[in-house]
Amino acid sequence: MGRQATRVTVNGKSYARVVDARLTLADFLRHDLNLTGTHLGCEHGVCGACTVLVDGRSARSCLMFAVQANGCEVTTVEGLAPDGQLSVLQQAFIDNHGLQCGFCTPGMLMTLTELLRDTPNPSEDEVREALTGNLCRCTGYAGIVAAALDAAHKLRGTAKPGAR
Amino acid sequence: MKPAPFEYHAPRQLKDAAELLARLPNAKLLAGGQSLVPMMNFRYVIADNVIDLGRVDELRGVALVNGALRIGAMTRQRDLEFSTDIAKHCPLMAEALRHVGHRQTRNRGTIGGSLAHADPAAELPAVCAAYDATVHALSVRGIRQIALREFYTGYMATALAADEMIAAIDLPVWRLGHGHGFHEFARRSGDFAIAGAAALLDVGADNVVRRAALTLFGVTAAPLRVEAAETQLVGKPLDAAAIRAAAAAAWLVEPISDIHAGGDYRRHLAQVLSARALNDAARRAGVEA
Amino acid sequence: MGAKHFGARVTRLEDPALVAGHGRFVDDVKLPGLLHACFVRSPHAHAKLRGCDARAALAMAGVHAVLTADDLPEPMRATPLALLLPNPALIVARTQTALARDEVCYVGQAVAVVIADTRYIAEDAAAAVIVNYEVLPAVADCRAAAEEGGPCAHSDLKTNIASTFTLTYGDVDAALENADYVFHEALWQHRGGGMAIETRAVLAHHDPLSDLLTVWSGTQTPHIGRRMLADLIGRDLESIRMIAPDVGGGFGPKAIFYPEEAVIPAAALEVGRPVKWVEDRREHFLCATQERDQYWDVGIAVDKNGKVLGIRGRMVHDTGAYVPWGIVMPYIAATTVPGPYVVPSYQLETVVVLTNKVPTTPVRGAGRPQAVFCMERLLDRVAHELQIDRAEVRRRNLIQPEQMPYEVGLLFRDGKPLIYDSGDYPRGQDKALALAEYDDFRERQKAALAQGRFIGIGLANYVEGTGLGPFEGVTVRVLPSGEVAVATGATSQGQGTRTTLSQIVAEQVGCRIADVVMTIGDTAAISQGVGAFASRQAVNAGSSAYVAGTAVRKQLLTLAARALGVVDADIDLEDGMATSRRGNKPSISFGDLARLAQGIPGVSLPVGQSAGIEHTAYYTPTQAAYCSGTHVAEVQVDAMTGGVKILRYSVAHDSGRVINPLIVDGQVQGGVAHGIGNALLEWMQYDDNAQPLTTSFADYMLPMATDVPTCAIAHVETVNPLNPIGVKGAGEGGTIPAPAAIVAAIEDALTPFGVHFAETPLTPERIVATLRSAGAYDRLFAG
Repeated sequence: MGRQATRVTVNGKSYARVVDARLTLADFLRHDLNLTGTHLGCEHGVCGACTVLVDGRSARSCLMFAVQANGCEVTTVEGLAPDGQLSVLQQAFIDNHGLQCGFCTPGMLMTLTELLRDTPNPSEDEVREALTGNLCRCTGYAGIVAAALDAAHKLRGTAKPGAR
Repeated sequence: MKPAPFEYHAPRQLKDAAELLARLPNAKLLAGGQSLVPMMNFRYVIADNVIDLGRVDELRGVALVNGALRIGAMTRQRDLEFSTDIAKHCPLMAEALRHVGHRQTRNRGTIGGSLAHADPAAELPAVCAAYDATVHALSVRGIRQIALREFYTGYMATALAADEMIAAIDLPVWRLGHGHGFHEFARRSGDFAIAGAAALLDVGADNVVRRAALTLFGVTAAPLRVEAAETQLVGKPLDAAAIRAAAAAAWLVEPISDIHAGGDYRRHLAQVLSARALNDAARRAGVEA
Repeated sequence: MGAKHFGARVTRLEDPALVAGHGRFVDDVKLPGLLHACFVRSPHAHAKLRGCDARAALAMAGVHAVLTADDLPEPMRATPLALLLPNPALIVARTQTALARDEVCYVGQAVAVVIADTRYIAEDAAAAVIVNYEVLPAVADCRAAAEEGGPCAHSDLKTNIASTFTLTYGDVDAALENADYVFHEALWQHRGGGMAIETRAVLAHHDPLSDLLTVWSGTQTPHIGRRMLADLIGRDLESIRMIAPDVGGGFGPKAIFYPEEAVIPAAALEVGRPVKWVEDRREHFLCATQERDQYWDVGIAVDKNGKVLGIRGRMVHDTGAYVPWGIVMPYIAATTVPGPYVVPSYQLETVVVLTNKVPTTPVRGAGRPQAVFCMERLLDRVAHELQIDRAEVRRRNLIQPEQMPYEVGLLFRDGKPLIYDSGDYPRGQDKALALAEYDDFRERQKAALAQGRFIGIGLANYVEGTGLGPFEGVTVRVLPSGEVAVATGATSQGQGTRTTLSQIVAEQVGCRIADVVMTIGDTAAISQGVGAFASRQAVNAGSSAYVAGTAVRKQLLTLAARALGVVDADIDLEDGMATSRRGNKPSISFGDLARLAQGIPGVSLPVGQSAGIEHTAYYTPTQAAYCSGTHVAEVQVDAMTGGVKILRYSVAHDSGRVINPLIVDGQVQGGVAHGIGNALLEWMQYDDNAQPLTTSFADYMLPMATDVPTCAIAHVETVNPLNPIGVKGAGEGGTIPAPAAIVAAIEDALTPFGVHFAETPLTPERIVATLRSAGAYDRLFAG
């Protein structure tokens, strides 16, 4: 029942597959495409660990079906450093202790990638507000917020006052 | 938490969508998926057929038509958030959207989906109630108009027939220069409101209220226009005492009670938030109350 | 110490892979022929099992097996999971069997498991398994359950009391008799979960050629898991390998051994293919262990200067349906009350009660948040009644640094007398208060009040016994490549174990941190292990790393000296090179030294040289290491809605010597976030039939980025004299005093209304109801 063809471009590469209609985009990425960087924390659309970009916009991949992504361009965490060179944001996470267990981290990175693209000079409040769709249990968010602000400064070519 | 199996349909034409909805057994419409898919993952909803409206272009868009904003049901909340028409003509909606879920859910979620899902604490149904919106309900039998006041029939229940879908919503705009106020109380940012109030005030140069709308959400099973408050305000000068009295009318509601909050607390919040919303609306209408 | 790596803010070795999405969590491990599991779980909190019909499930395409208790191998078929922490005070020492046999005692208890091609199909089939339940009355309220005559959580028992014990020292009756003042408090702290963002997961694979059963589990304790499994599945320890790969958060619930960790390996053996089970979030809410849920009735006796004379009370602890970790948590809570204060007499009666809920085992803080809440609320009460400043009343009672080591008078859960080894509590409190600008606060509060804003401040102190034994080993070995291989039984769920241990080893051995290759969380890498809980790894594994690293250093020096023709004292070790100070300073690489240490086949080694360059150390602590701290919370309360915003949060934290300040600060900040959750948001709710009501992240609220401010953190480093590196644990300190400080701050903010709070979570609804009862809204609604 319910097998369907879908063609999804992920991190710039096109994949044509026949899948069960009910296969979520998250499971498609993780198991069909072996891109295990996108994680599942709740499967009901709250924790944000599964966040990817769909046609450039952040979305919870646990709440989409792979067949819905037909014709879409999806970016996952693996697409942030395509040639192995970490993005400014990823490096900022390392520099600012923005992760501990790393499980929520890919989702955080995708959300913040969108934020920094749309709002190159966010305030701390704007960063925190943008992060409300992503839960972290380890860090208490301080390092993540610092990483976002640090990356924002670097991407704008300015030096963050008091940066580590 | 994987959903039960289903057949997936992705019509491109509105008439095909209506036809599928009429014909397919146990079919669910997939709009933004932010409410439906969690329920499917929990298997609270088991659908044999899922009709994805995401490719029906006719269902998207915002346009000013005959003094009303006509909004296609599949217009994403994010697009409403950044719409200049909404900002200009429906500032209440623009403000409300800041409280609707999170960036990720607004990127996918739609206005039609929110209205049809009918969560008592949802912001968009309350905004539509404040503006006396009209819902255009489409089926193979044609289109009919349902006034928002008649749209909600009970807890998470609407007047839509089994084969009907929301095609568009008309929001009759208020005079430019009207005041709006929106306050909700949620436990955390983006959570469903425990209670909320949306207020619209059209005030004349003499500070007399020409028109008033006060809608509560999260307090009762469906968004509630507090007519007692509205009739109290209209035709009278707008001042702090008038607002306090109007807000006190919110105390008279019969609130719902659940694991998030009891009725007494909701009733209390209804009064507090009504006052805040009315005060903001007064201020924006140019009155220092 | 002249340290290069120890004490440095080294960025973490774990990070580059994790930020690139190349972490390897259990669900990321793929094996050919993999099948997937879904458990059939009881929807009832208490019921007899009257049979299971799996025919419809087995008939579905893609379903390979449905196993019930009788399909499991001996002894796990009928033998319950071992009780890891026995205690003579346990009256009912009951644990569950791997799959339920005759009776289920909490919603979610596993009855059967479906093995299928995909998790999707397994869930379809699980829904088709018909289980006959004879529903029994469920026990939901631990206070009612403690009374005689009501229903029992287990149908074959006549009581719900799993244990009752009284801890006492000094003459508390005399203290209460003779005191100038005695004050009582009734306190409640709710039940909540660790709620790691990664749920549990188990993958089992049996290789028929080697007969090795490999199990990947998202566990904090793979060595313990391995021996538990070996006993349950009836195999030799050596034929099982348990691996904890990357684990997405632990926080305590992943330290215990679960039925699924026995059933999935049994299923893999049964079907002859690898089997994976990934818990979903709803299962996690039902079946992962939880904690808190205690009711306290306590009295404090003080003199007219607010000096504590004694504390007496009773605590009822809801332990859920089973006691896999015995009475550790209520015991920890009972011994933590005196904290950093001189409490001359003490008596606490603890009643541990069985209910039909998932068992309680340690969650970050492990009983201490409740105890600190008790002590700090009592002191705030004393301050209020006697009109003494809250910081001052604490100052008058704090143990002074010259009183160290300080013997409390109780036995701690490590089996040893509760003796604080070191600490400077007054300095910690002063530092935190300075950070919080406490002295100016009344001014700030007055100014805010004039603007109609209610702000308040609260403080809380704690002492935490960390670094618990029995041991955590480390092997350090220099490889011919020049790399330094390290193996340890320590694990990581985000605390940066790899990084901190690399810092210690690199420091001692004289190599670069980048040269360290470490295996953690793998029973094949080191023979004995315990794992992560009770903030123990920095002390235990850190000390072992130091000892092993020091031993390896000595071996390197001796070898290099011989190779370069000088004495040990003339050799410097740095960045993987041994260099002589003499002559033209010849050098030799660690790799070459490792080759030398292999010897020549058939030729004896020189006298005094050992085989290879390696050492394994199992540092065994003699007692817990006591860390401490002070938290100060500043909040703003919206008196109309009850909404609380934390404006500022200040921490003085003493975890002894700090290996990596970046990591310790991260642990404090993360711990505080959890504490904020406990104080304001998190509440695992059950109805009267012990049905869980909050079973999703929509209903159970974790703090978001907008709920947790960045803390100001000051370090107090009182060196632990009992271990070679002077460290103490740092994982839980952030959580322990947070609810006490935050509730105190809310109460302080609402001083104009004279209200009092004694529970967590302290919800906005509760705040409004309390204000209403105090007549606050008559004033506030008037305008």
